[in-house]
Amino acid sequence: MKNIFKKALLFLLPLGIFTACGTNNSKSNSALAEGAAEKVYVKPGDHDEFYAFVSGGFSGQLAVYGLPSGRLFKVIPVFSQDAEKAYGYNEETKPMLNTSFGFVPWDDAHHPDISQTAGELDGRFLFINGNNTPRIAKIDLTTFETTEILEIPNSAGNHSSSFVTENTEYVVAGTRFSVPIPQKDMPIKDYKGNFKGSLSFISVDPKDGAMDIKFQIIMPGFNYDLSHPGRGDSHGWFFFTTYNTEEASTLLEVNASQNDKDFIAAINWKKVEAFVNGGGGKKMATNYAHNVYSDETHSATSTMRKEVTVVDPRDIPGAVYLLPTPKSPHGCDVDPSGEYIVGNGKLSSNLTVHSFSKMIKAIEAKNFDGDAYGIPILNFEAINAGTVQQAGLGPLHTEFDGEGNAYTTFFISSEVVKWKLKTWEVIDRKPTYYSVGHLMIPGGNSRKPFGKYALAMNKITKDRYLPTGPEVTQSAQLFDISGDKMELLLDFPTIGEPHYAAGIPANLIAPKSKKFYALEDNKHPYAVKSEADTRVERKGNDVHIYMTTIRSHFAPDNIEGIKVGDKVYFHVTNLEQDYDVPHGISMIGANTSELLIMPGQTETFTWEPKKVGVWPFYCTDFCSALHQEMQGYVRVSPSGSNTKLSWSLGEDIE
Amino acid sequence: MKKSKILMFVGVLLLGSLFVLPLWNISLEAPQYPEAIGMNIHINKIADMNPSDIKNINIMNHYVGMKDIPEVLPEFKIFPYVIIAMMILGLIIAFKLNYKWYLAWFIVMCLLGTAGMYDFYLWEYDYGHTLRENAAIKFQNPDGTPLAYQPPLLGTKTILNFVAHSYPRSGAYLLFTGMLLSLIAFFQGKKGS
Repeated sequence: MKNIFKKALLFLLPLGIFTACGTNNSKSNSALAEGAAEKVYVKPGDHDEFYAFVSGGFSGQLAVYGLPSGRLFKVIPVFSQDAEKAYGYNEETKPMLNTSFGFVPWDDAHHPDISQTAGELDGRFLFINGNNTPRIAKIDLTTFETTEILEIPNSAGNHSSSFVTENTEYVVAGTRFSVPIPQKDMPIKDYKGNFKGSLSFISVDPKDGAMDIKFQIIMPGFNYDLSHPGRGDSHGWFFFTTYNTEEASTLLEVNASQNDKDFIAAINWKKVEAFVNGGGGKKMATNYAHNVYSDETHSATSTMRKEVTVVDPRDIPGAVYLLPTPKSPHGCDVDPSGEYIVGNGKLSSNLTVHSFSKMIKAIEAKNFDGDAYGIPILNFEAINAGTVQQAGLGPLHTEFDGEGNAYTTFFISSEVVKWKLKTWEVIDRKPTYYSVGHLMIPGGNSRKPFGKYALAMNKITKDRYLPTGPEVTQSAQLFDISGDKMELLLDFPTIGEPHYAAGIPANLIAPKSKKFYALEDNKHPYAVKSEADTRVERKGNDVHIYMTTIRSHFAPDNIEGIKVGDKVYFHVTNLEQDYDVPHGISMIGANTSELLIMPGQTETFTWEPKKVGVWPFYCTDFCSALHQEMQGYVRVSPSGSNTKLSWSLGEDIE
Repeated sequence: MKKSKILMFVGVLLLGSLFVLPLWNISLEAPQYPEAIGMNIHINKIADMNPSDIKNINIMNHYVGMKDIPEVLPEFKIFPYVIIAMMILGLIIAFKLNYKWYLAWFIVMCLLGTAGMYDFYLWEYDYGHTLRENAAIKFQNPDGTPLAYQPPLLGTKTILNFVAHSYPRSGAYLLFTGMLLSLIAFFQGKKGS
C-alpha cells in the first residue's frame, strides 16, 4: 500500500507543472488558428497528400482518412460484420470470420502497418491485428478490402502486433496474455512458471502476400505488450516490450507494478529462422483457421491448420536477450536508423533509450545481470543510450521524423513531447485533448518517415465536439511538425477508439487503385456473364437464382415457383464494367444484409421465404436515372404446391 | 532513285499504318465521366478508347432508345481491300510510271476519302436519329421534333449533358501525310522533267 501512495504523490507533483505548461500552449494555439485552417484546407476536387489508415479499436474496422483534411473516405470492415458492404453477411465473405472457435464476427483491431520493401513503404498491403481472438488480417491496398485473415494459436490478446520487418519478411503477433501452452484445465494461481507467452513470426510471401506462421517462440509467462522491428544494422532483430514480469495473475494493477524494471525482449529472428530452416523446433499439434479471399472467385475459403512449429529460446543460444527497461514499458519504438530502441515505461516519468550497438557489445562481452528462465538479462547501464529526464507523465508511444527528432505521447499529462535523439533534450511540447494514445507519422515504422505531419489519437474528447449522449466521439489531432515547434492544425472524429494508424503518401497507392473487376476474369462458381445465361435451378429445397444486374434492371426480374420452406440463393453478378458503378440488392424478409456488388463481381445472399405472396426485391445503391425502376418480384407459393419454376425479363410469363 | 519516286514510295507506304493505328476517334465528356469515354474507329473495327468504353456508351445510350454501337459494319469488310488495292496501285505507279500518275493516284485517294467520310456521316446520322419507339427517356427539340443524338462529323458538339468530340487520329494523320507526299512527289517530278 505504501508504494501506491508514493506513486500517487509522484504523479501529483509534476502534474501541476505540466498543467500550467498546457495552459500557455493552448493560448498560443488560438493565435495560430487562422494559418492552421489554410494548411488543412483541401480545395473541392483536390486530393489529400496522404492516406491515413486509422484502426477502429473495438469497432473491428479500419477507417481511411485523407491528410491533412481529416476527411473520411472509407471504413474497411476487417474483424467485423458490415451490413453496408455485406462483409461477413454474404456467403462469399462469411468464411473470413471463421476461427477455431467458430464464426467470430468481431474483434478488437489495434495496430495497422503497411508493407515495406528495403525499409520503405511499398503500399501493397496493410496488416492489422485482432486482439481478442488472436488474428492477423491483410488488406489489399489496390481494392481496400480484407483479403486474408490468419488465426494465431497459442496466443491470447494479440497486442504486440502487427508490425512488419523491412522487407515484409515477417509480420509479428506477440501475445499480451500468457496462457498455458498447450491450453489445459489448471488452477489460475499456478500461473507463475507454468503459463507461457508466444511470439509468432508470420512469413509473408513476397509474390502474393500469403501469410504463414513460420515459427512461434515460447517465452516466459510475461505480458508482451508492443513491438517494433529493427532496421539498418538492427534489421534481423525484433523488440517486444513486456510487463507483468512479476507473473501475477490477479489484481495486476498492483501486482504487476512491483518490479522497478521489466524487459524489452530482443529477438534475433534471423537466427531463429536459420534454426527452423535447419530442422530445429518442434511441430506442435493445434488448430487454427486460415481464411483467404480471392479476387478471381470473389469468395473466401477457410482452411483449418493443424500444426505449428514452436521453438524454445534456450535451444538457440544468442537468439533472445532481455533488456531491462523501467517501469512497465508500453510502446517499443525503434528509430529510422535502427540504432535506438525507445522503451516507454508507462509508470515512469523518464524515457529510457537503449542502444543497439551497445547491446551487441554487451552480448559479446557477456555483460549479463543473471537470467530469466535461462534467457540472459543484459546489464542496464551497458546498453543504455540515454534517458529523457522528466519528459511528462505516462509515456506511451514514440515516432520519429527522420530528422533526428522523436515525438512521444504522454497519456496522463495528455501531451505530445518532441525531443532530440542523442542529446535527449526536450525541444517542444503540445497539449492534446485528451489522454493521447498512439501517435502516427506517415512512414513511422520504416527507414523513411515522411516527417511533415503527426497524428495523435485521443481516447477522450469531452468538450471538443458537440455532445452525442454519454458516448462522445474519439478523436485524432493533426500536428504540423515541419518546423521547430509543433503546430496543432486540426481535430477530427474517428471511428471506434483509434489505437494506431499507418500513413503513406497518396501517390504510392492512388495510381494502383482498382477501378472494376474484369468480368472475363470472374471465376465465381455461380457467376453468369450475360443475361442469356441467367436462370433459376432447383435442387430439392435449395433454389439457386443466377441473376445479373446492369443499369437499370435485374435479369430475371420475375421469378415464380418458389415455395415456403425453400432456401433461395441469390447469386448476383454485376455485369457493369465501369468505374464506381456498383449495384445493390435486397429482398424483403431476408435474414441477412443487402449485397453491394462491385462491377464484374458476384455475390450471394440467402433468403428463406416464410410467407406466401408476391415479394419484391430492389437495388439498394443508387445507380442511374432509372434506379427506382430497378426492382423485381418473387412469387412464393405454399409448401408442396406445383407452381412451375419459371423466370423472365421483359416478357409475359406463360 | 529520283527524289520524287522516293517521296511517292514513302507516301504509299504510310497508308499501311491504317492497319495498326486508329483512323478516327469520338469521345464523350460529362460531369459523371471526368475521364472521357469514347471509341476509336479503325478501318476494320470500332474499338474501346479505354477498356469497356463501348459497353458503357451503349448502357447510357439505351435510355434514349439508341442502338448498340455495332462491332462490325459492312464497310469494314471493304475498306481494308480498298487500302491494299490503293497501296499496290501506288507502288506500281511509284516504280513503273511517271510523275503524272502520282497526281492521278492523289485524286483517286481524295475521292475515296470523301466517299469514306460521306459513308461515315450516313452511319452517324442513322445512329443518332433511329431511336426505339419505347425508349425510357424521350427528349424533344423546342419545335417538338425528337432530339437527335448524332455526333459531329468533325469537331465538338454538346448533346444533352455530353460534350462530344470527333477528330481524326494518328492513322488519319499518316494517311493525310502520305497523300500530301504523293502530291509533293508530283510537283517534284514535274520540276525534274
